Parts: sequence; C-alpha cells; structure tokens
Amino acid sequence: MNWFSGLFSHRRTCDDLAEEMRLHIEERTEQLIVGGLSLAEAERAARLSFGNKALLEERSREVWQWNLLRSIWADVRLALRQLRRSKGFTIAAVCTLALAISANTVVFAVMNALILRPLDAPAAEHIYVIGHANSIWGYESYPNIRDLSDRNRSFDGVAADNITQAALDTGNDPSLAWLYETTGNYFDVLGLQPYLGRFFHAADEHGPNSAPYVVLTYAYWQDRFQGDRGVVGRSVLLNRHPYTIIGVSPPGFVGTFIAFAPNFFVPLVNQEHGDNMLSKRGSRWISEVFGRLKPGVTQAQAAADLTSIGSYLGKNYPNDVDQQLLTYKLQRPGLASAFGGAITAFMAGLMLLAGLILLAACANLGSLFSARAADRAREVALRLALGARPIHIMRQLLIEAMLISLAGGAVGLCGSVVLLRAIGAWRPFPQFPLNLPLNPDATVYAVALLLALVSGFLFGIVPIRQVLRTDPYQIVKSAAAGPMIAGRGRRFRLRDVLLVIQIAVCAVLVTSSIVAVRGLARSMSTKLGVDPRDTLLAETNLNMSGYKGDRVPAMQKRMIGELQALPGVAQVGLVSSPPLKMGWEDVDIFSDRTPDLRPSSSAGDAVFFAVSPEYFQAAGTAFLSGRLFTLQDDGDAPRVAVINQQLARNLFGSATNAIGRHFKTRNEGRLQVVGIVEDGKYTANIAEDPQNAIFVPILQNPRTDTWLVVRSNGGAQLAGAIRAKLRDLDPGLPVFVQTWNEEMNGALFASRMATLSLGVLGVMGAMLSITGIFGMAAYSVNKRLRELGIRVALGAKRKEVLQTALGGAFKLLAFGSAAGLLLGILASRVLASIVYQATPRDPLVLAGVVLIMAVLGMVATWLPAQRALSVDPMILLREE
Amino acid sequence: MPNNPSRDLFPGALEMMILESLRRQPAHGYALVQHIQQRSNNLLQVEEGSLYPALQRLLKAKLVKAEWEVSSTNRRVRTYQITAAGQRRLEQQISSFERMFAGIALVLDPGKSPAS
Repeated sequence: MNWFSGLFSHRRTCDDLAEEMRLHIEERTEQLIVGGLSLAEAERAARLSFGNKALLEERSREVWQWNLLRSIWADVRLALRQLRRSKGFTIAAVCTLALAISANTVVFAVMNALILRPLDAPAAEHIYVIGHANSIWGYESYPNIRDLSDRNRSFDGVAADNITQAALDTGNDPSLAWLYETTGNYFDVLGLQPYLGRFFHAADEHGPNSAPYVVLTYAYWQDRFQGDRGVVGRSVLLNRHPYTIIGVSPPGFVGTFIAFAPNFFVPLVNQEHGDNMLSKRGSRWISEVFGRLKPGVTQAQAAADLTSIGSYLGKNYPNDVDQQLLTYKLQRPGLASAFGGAITAFMAGLMLLAGLILLAACANLGSLFSARAADRAREVALRLALGARPIHIMRQLLIEAMLISLAGGAVGLCGSVVLLRAIGAWRPFPQFPLNLPLNPDATVYAVALLLALVSGFLFGIVPIRQVLRTDPYQIVKSAAAGPMIAGRGRRFRLRDVLLVIQIAVCAVLVTSSIVAVRGLARSMSTKLGVDPRDTLLAETNLNMSGYKGDRVPAMQKRMIGELQALPGVAQVGLVSSPPLKMGWEDVDIFSDRTPDLRPSSSAGDAVFFAVSPEYFQAAGTAFLSGRLFTLQDDGDAPRVAVINQQLARNLFGSATNAIGRHFKTRNEGRLQVVGIVEDGKYTANIAEDPQNAIFVPILQNPRTDTWLVVRSNGGAQLAGAIRAKLRDLDPGLPVFVQTWNEEMNGALFASRMATLSLGVLGVMGAMLSITGIFGMAAYSVNKRLRELGIRVALGAKRKEVLQTALGGAFKLLAFGSAAGLLLGILASRVLASIVYQATPRDPLVLAGVVLIMAVLGMVATWLPAQRALSVDPMILLREE
Repeated sequence: MPNNPSRDLFPGALEMMILESLRRQPAHGYALVQHIQQRSNNLLQVEEGSLYPALQRLLKAKLVKAEWEVSSTNRRVRTYQITAAGQRRLEQQISSFERMFAGIALVLDPGKSPAS
C-alpha cells in the first residue's frame, strides 16, 4: 500500500478496527450471559479478558502509521526531554548560536541592501556602469560621454547622471533639494515608464537650457506635494530659473546609485555649469555613465569596444584627456561600483569575520556536544547492545543539534531584525538623503535559516565519530571507572582541537578589534590641519539665487562682513569646500619648467581650495611662513598660492626653499608660492596618505558654491543668528548651517563604522572564548573530582590541585591565543586600508591581546577553579 | 518486535498461531481467540485484545485479508482469510520454529536425543 492511498484508507481502517473490537466484546458478553452471568457481570468480565481496549486500539492503529515520521517525531520528543533536563547547556548553546547567527544576519542584510540588491528596473541584468580600469572614480566629461554614446556598437543606449543640489522654489519657501542631472535618454536606457505624466527623452534636448523639465521621484511627490496628481504641468523655480514638472517616476526607483535617495531628476543640459562645462572635454565632472548592453554582447566585448573609443579620444584630444583613463571596464550598478570595491572589500571582510564567529560558535557547541556524548557513552553503549542501530543514535544526536540550531537561529533572527531597524533609522549624514533599505527580505530570512541548519549539522556531526567508535563491551565493562578515564591518554581528543580552533578564531577577532580601536584613537588625535571646535559651517550657493559675474564676490564680501559683525564671532572665512568633506577638488600640478601641461607629464596632484584671506585663521590652520592672501590678490594681480609643507617638500625640496618659487596647474597657469601652512587631512577619508594641498585666493578663482567658516569665541549658539542674518541679506538664498564637528562625522564615518563593527565582533569573540574555556574547564574539573579528591587526601597543595585541574585548559588557551595572534597580525593588514594607521605590529596591540586573552582565561576558569579547590575528599570518597 | 502483543509469548508466536488457525478455516477475531485457547487446552493465556495489533500487522504485510460478512449466527463479523503469501510465510516460520525448539530441547535435556 503506498502512502497516498494509505492516507485515504487510514480512517476506514480505524473505523473498522473500532467496530470489530466493539463487536468482539459484545459477542463475549453474550456468551457469558448464556453461561449464567448477569449483564453487568458479563460486561465487566468481557472487558477484563479483552485487555486495555484504548491501548490495544492505538497499537493496532500505529501499525498503519508512517514509520519514519513517527520515529523521527519520537526522537524529537526525546531530544526535547533531554534538552529540558539539561537547561544550562541548552540555554548556553542557544545563546551562543543566536549571537553568532545574528551577527551573520546583520552583516549579510547590510551587504544585501548595499551591494547585492539589484537595480529597480526592467531587465536590470543588462545594465552596466562604465568605469575606468585605472581609477575607482567613474567621472567623465560631457563631450567624452557623447563620443562613448555615439561611437559604440555594444550598447542599446548610454546614459549618464550626476548627483547635485539645487534650490527648489515652489512658490513660497526655497529649500535645498537633492537631484540627479541626467542625460535625456536616462529613463529610456533604464526602460522605465512614468508613474504619472511623462519622462523627458533625448528628443527634448536641443543644446544648453533647452529642456527645463523636472521629473519627481515618487517619495518626494508624496512628501512635498502630498501625492497631488495636479502637480504635472506646474511651474517651479530651480535656482531661480523656471522649470515645468512633467512627471513622477515609479515608486521604489531611486536611480542607479541606489544608496542615494534623490528628490527629482532634471536634464543635464539644463543645469547651469559655469564656464560652459558641457563643451569642455578636459573637465571630468559627471559622476556616473552607464549603458544597456545589446543582447548577445559580452562584458569583455563591450569593454574592448569602449577602450577602442578611448584610444580614438586619446589620439584626437591628447591635451584634454587623461591617458591613464582611456581603458574602460563594466561594473554592476550601485554603491559597490561607485566606491570602486572599497565597500565590497570591507563588507566581504566583515562577512568573513562574522563567518569566523559562527565557526567559533560551532566549534564551541561541537565540543560541548562531544562532551555530552562522552557522558552519555554508557547510555549509547546500552542502546547499541540492546539492538539499536548506530544510524538511529546518530539521528537522535543530530536532531538534538538541529533543535538547538533552529532555536538559536530563531532567537538570532529576532535580535538581528531589532538591530537592523535601529541601523536603518540611523542618519549618519544629516544633510545627505541616504537610502538604506535594510528591512530584511526573503533572502535574508533564507540565509539565516540556512546558516542555522548548516551550523547545526556541523556541530551535530562532531560527536558522531565518537559514537561510531563506541564499543559497547568496553564501555559497559569499564563503567565503574567512567568512560573519560577509560579513554584518557589514548589520543589528543577532537574536543581539544576544536577548543584550540575556537580560541584562535576569537583571538583573531580580539586582535583585529584592538587594532581598529587603536586606529580610531589615533585618527581622533591626528593632526587635522584645522580646528573644528567652536566652528560652524554654512553652505551657500549664490548660483542658486541667481548671482552672476561681479555680483558674486561683492555678495560674498557682504556675507563675510555681516557675519563678522555678529556678537560672539571671532573670525569668518570663505572656502570652496572645507577639508575632510566629500567632493574635494583635485588638480594636476606641474613644475615651472614643464612646457606642456599634459596629464602624463604632471609632477603629482594636489587637493585644491579657493579661500578668502581670513580662511586660515577661521579654520585654525597654522601659518608657517611667508604671507597671507590680501584683498589685493584679485583677478588683476599676479596669480599666487599658499601650499602645505608636503607639497613644498615634494616640489621644492624643503619648506624654506619654496617661498617665491613658481609652479603650474592647467586651469590657473603659473602660480607663485607666497606662503606655507601646516599639513592636514583633506579628502573625505581620514585614513588618507599625506596629501599635497594648494590654496588660492577666491578672488582669483571666483566661484558661487562656497562654505562660510564661522569661528566663535566659544560656547556661543550662533547657528540661528547666522541663518537669520543670511536670510536678511537675501531671502531667496537656501542656507544649511551645521557645526564643523557634525560635518566631519562624514569623514570619520568609514573609520568609525569599521571600528564599531570590529569592536562588536571582538566582544563577541571574547564572549565565545569565555564560554568555550569555561565549558572545557568546568567539564574537566567535574570529571576528575574524584581524582582531585584523592590528591587532596594525599596532601596535594592548592597550586598542585589547580595545576592538575586546569593545566590542560590553560595550555590549550595559550596555544590557541598564540595561533590567533599570529593569524590576527596577518589578517589586520587588510584593515589598514580602512582603519587609520592600523598596524598590528604595535607593542600595545600585542600586549593588549595577550592581556585580554589571559584575563578571559582567568574569568572563564574562575568558577571551575573554585570548585576544584573546594573538593572535600571525605565526601567524595564516601560517595563510592 | 518492539510491541510484544501478549505476555508469555515470544515475538511472532501469536502471528504464527493466527496464520495456522486461518489456514484451517477463515474466521473472525472472536472465533480466532476461542480457537487458539481451545487448541492449547487453555494453557496459553492470550489477552483477547492483543489479537488485533497482530491482525493489523498481518493485514499490512498482506499475509491475510479481511472482509465484513454476516455469520451463520446472524452477526456482523469481519472475517479474515489467509493469502498465498501468508501460506508461504507460515511454512517458513513453522520450520524455523521447529529447528529452534529442537535446539532448545537439546540444551535443556542433553541426555535425550531429539529423535526419541
């Protein structure tokens, strides 16, 4: 009978059986009545001779049930009973696993959100970002993009976009908005349909300022316009120019960068870019280029096609293109490509460490299970002797492991969901609309389940070899001595190996977290070259309020003057973009003797700042020699520059030599060095190598998008006053004021995140090694209590007792820590790229790791040691 | 067999006796009990109900088949019949049982030869 038809006939079988038994008892009763008994007596006698009807019925029914399922269920119930009996073990095991699984789930969920999640567009697998093989940044100039788009044979379309800010005025209050400026074919290459209204297309573009259209994102449409369908066709002011809202993009679509949540999209040809940026081939300012691959074209073919266009560009425009950047490669869209693999590498590193945590947890649980199996050796031997098959015993042990792993997985998943909510609600960059879709999706749940099952299997099979080797005869025979003693000295036990692995893994984690914390501490105390304390930054973009030409410096001078007059203000300076901020400028520098300014003949590059004369004082940058800028250093005066020590050394050999000397940049031409300032940190990465820096007078390099640096006399709450003052000067000017320390969080973000996550993993590693060592020590003390008792009775001293009881555990600890420290030193090289000055060969780190592992050992063996010392030989021997 | 169906019987004995009874003639549960107790001169005290798990096992192994009928005494009864497979199994079991019994007899009373 197959199980399917069995399922249907099962009920009939049961009914038949019940009826049959009833009739049997009835017949017996009738017979007994014929024999002369009363009805009541007969019924009673009939039931007695039949036996326990309910039990027999159940047994008869069991014959028909599915045997495997039934016995597995029985195993599950047995396992639950066993686990309930040893509550401490169960709780410890579930917690260990929950910790490890939640660490993995959180890391995976973040990776899933940042890297793995695909672009929200039809057939997104054909969309590739076009990047440079030799640079992590994808910046390209507009004419180059036109050539890549027109000359390639591999793509159905090539589009480009750039993230920027603008002042949006819908009729009342102008506010800062974040947007993508895109090529006209942007939505068509992505293959998207508007949610409302229409998109702009390539056909709408006829040169600069020909397509004043806005496409809102769904979220911004809901937020700012309350989902008003009448918004299509409405006129708005963008940087004081009239635009028309023509449509709304589909819900969920946030552009190709994914981690950025823009407010709307406008055609790139319509954004104002001073100096006619649309025609300058040398200005690589558009951040992302992507295309939809034609069917049947491989990535390699497309990259080769683009690179051949690159060599065409190199031949025809040798003075405008960077020869280093003419080899192209294709990347998947998203954060991963935008940061050139640094994030991918970091997340992969974190995933690896989290995996190590899980491995350590598995080793921990494996040795616990193995110890349990040894304790149950007699039970197992008896069952084997009574005819149980080894496969059944193994199945039972595995089921126990699976129950623990599923419980641990469930608890861990709950924990990680809570944690992910917290991370998702966190806004590390107050000004920047980050899009972090951290809500765990089906993939995350599946991964958590898979991890739980795999780890359950891993630590479940550890004791199986032990079980298979069990010789019932030996074990039953040596029952009095106990299985542990019987097996003693025979081999280096698997448990010990597992413990060493676990301790080594934990030591790696502890090492890397100490390295990271050290690195962060150093980055905090590092010389920034500016003093962010008591300083506010106000970003103003005069372009957004329609200022042009001579009105720009005049307005800037007024802003500086007015703010300077505010009570409590010490100094006000103006800078194109403050140091340690995303979006720094980088220029090639050339020695004075270089005749042609090709990228290939440059003497290096430098971070570039345009500043007002008061900037250095306002920013707290120490002035070393030479003179400061004055208001006479304007467009008509000879070009001058202040450089940092690093550039002075690189270009002129020493700081003292540099004053009065000349160098060149492509845009500024010949510059004379008039002053030297201290070195500092300039790019958005605090872990940067020492950088060259150039400061030029803002009057010689006018720009509309600037930051006011306002240093107060200390303690004054100036933000409101600054905002109000700037509003007074021009009500149409959008202003964003924050403290410099807040702004710097962005620069410290990567290194802080790295430290935080490594620190958490290190703490987890430490906890795991405590549980591991504790389990091992407690177990060995427990097993050898009788031996210890005899030793105490024979006059062993405390030290000798401890030596006997815990010597093994400490040996394993020392061995594992040494291995882990060594591995940690090797692994920490990877950290150096993210964590500022991370070096494990720091005596403090080495000492710290050794100290921490020793303390962990002490803590973990404290209770077992107390137990060993309190052994009372009389009680123990009496128990025999 | 884990679920020993009756006291004082070795595993499989009850099934063997049921099959032997059914080989002689089809019968329902009550008649089978009566038959086994009478044939053993009431030496075997079989708990009546323990017959039914054994019958279910035989049914599942297709060694017997069952059908609802009306008996000669006008009762509704479920009558069991031995199948061809049941016949073969019975012969195997009887021969192995006889060998075992002879062996046990030899051990218990080594002076006697099994033939005598």
